[in-house]
Amino acid sequence: MNSRHPPPFVKALLGSLKDLAPILLVITFFQLAVIGQPLPNLADMLVGTLFVVIGLTLFVQGLELGLFPIGGSMAHAFARKGSLFWLLAFAFALGFGTTVAEPALIAVAREAAQVAAEGGMIGRDPDSMSRYARGLRYTVALSVGFAIALGVLRIIRGWPVHLLIVGGYLGVLLMTLVAPKEIIGIAYDSGGVTTSTITVPLVTALGVGLAAAIKGRNPMVDGFGLIAFASLTPMIFVMAYGMVVT
Amino acid sequence: MKLLHGLLHTTAATLLDVLPIALVIFGFQLLVLRRPIPNLKRMLLGFFYVLVGLAFFLEGLDLALFPLGKAMAAQLTDPRFLVGLTATSPPGNLHWSDYHWVYLFAFAVGFATTIAEPALLAVAIKANEVSGGAIGVWGLRASVALGVAIGLVLGTWRIISGYPIHWFIIGGYVVAVTQTLFAPRLIVPLAYDSGGVTTSTVTVPLVTALGLGLASHVPGRSAMLDGFGLIAFASLFPMVTVMAHAQIAQWRLNRKRTKATEQ
Repeated sequence: MNSRHPPPFVKALLGSLKDLAPILLVITFFQLAVIGQPLPNLADMLVGTLFVVIGLTLFVQGLELGLFPIGGSMAHAFARKGSLFWLLAFAFALGFGTTVAEPALIAVAREAAQVAAEGGMIGRDPDSMSRYARGLRYTVALSVGFAIALGVLRIIRGWPVHLLIVGGYLGVLLMTLVAPKEIIGIAYDSGGVTTSTITVPLVTALGVGLAAAIKGRNPMVDGFGLIAFASLTPMIFVMAYGMVVT
Repeated sequence: MKLLHGLLHTTAATLLDVLPIALVIFGFQLLVLRRPIPNLKRMLLGFFYVLVGLAFFLEGLDLALFPLGKAMAAQLTDPRFLVGLTATSPPGNLHWSDYHWVYLFAFAVGFATTIAEPALLAVAIKANEVSGGAIGVWGLRASVALGVAIGLVLGTWRIISGYPIHWFIIGGYVVAVTQTLFAPRLIVPLAYDSGGVTTSTVTVPLVTALGLGLASHVPGRSAMLDGFGLIAFASLFPMVTVMAHAQIAQWRLNRKRTKATEQ
């Protein structure tokens, strides 16, 4: 192997280390200079950090090997195919599938289930906790799928993007008034959590492919509409989920 | 041995998480587009990597990032640490301004993780091109990082003071929408994007743990009612600061022009 060009795996490993470095620097500084106390379970934390680095590296590497090339080419193919039904079905399925596999969402949903169990909102047994976490994630995934499909329809029909955004905000506002207080924090968070590692590149590919296939569209503006809307609808849907669960 | 068992268990569980997207890709490619899967071997290897990577990542979070965030929150809110070693005063008497180290930590985490975010660099370079150089790459990165940092400080302050979250988030959106009407048109999509870009896969769990830890250690707060919301703050405020940055850049440009024509 040529030593001047590190193998892709090493490059990806360095990349995830770089992602983690600022957090570790800030935490180390605060531990040493401000708090001045040793961290509990230091060995566990070092092993865990190593796991996070390895995991993130493999995950990103796997996406680039398997999912991104075919996902991107499929998005382009559907954007050009001309069948509105299949395009919308693909948009929905893509948003749903990528969101279910989003690592940050899996982690946050598990944490939310634990908090809800400790707060007495759901049962304390592992069964109802994992049911709650799964329900939360599938709700978010449904809402992202819905948002992507609606966003694609908007691009095709040429509806102004403000309409969807302002409508979405009004929806958030109204749901906040009626949703149980316990769900509001996690609902607001789910908007920012969903649009992450897997969803953004694939959805952007769909938006760009679509904007390129329709004359007179700006890829940047149209791609943006998809992501912005996909971080709005989870808030509304999760608040609805909270009303159903409690 | 316990570690290995945990890993295997998590890998089995993540199979269910990766299944939907695999079904979507294979199903639509084979049944709707009716095309064979190119590089099938490479793709299966890719899915295998995704599966194992996800398992390692989730196990690592449970071992390191979640406990770390909570331990930091516990140490930073310890009354003995905050107001000196006078364990005599009851913990209920702390004012929100006594928690200044929490705000500083939140600011540092927000700023440091955002300024180093690779996805943000790509957006900043694009913004520089689109604006014809009016928006500098460093200026945009700094304004997004500042937005995340301010968002997290406000978010931690809200957790500590206990005000309802929707006042802040809805208020923030009203500001952002108002700015949208006046900001230079080309920056608007970038500003809205920057909100989503900043909250990366590593930052989200740590920040979530910090919020939950704070809510469970500050007297009178509950993790369920007050613990979440930091991510929402961190994705909202960059929109505001990025549009503000563009508005200031435009205002300065206009002032320069009017000065030049006056002379």
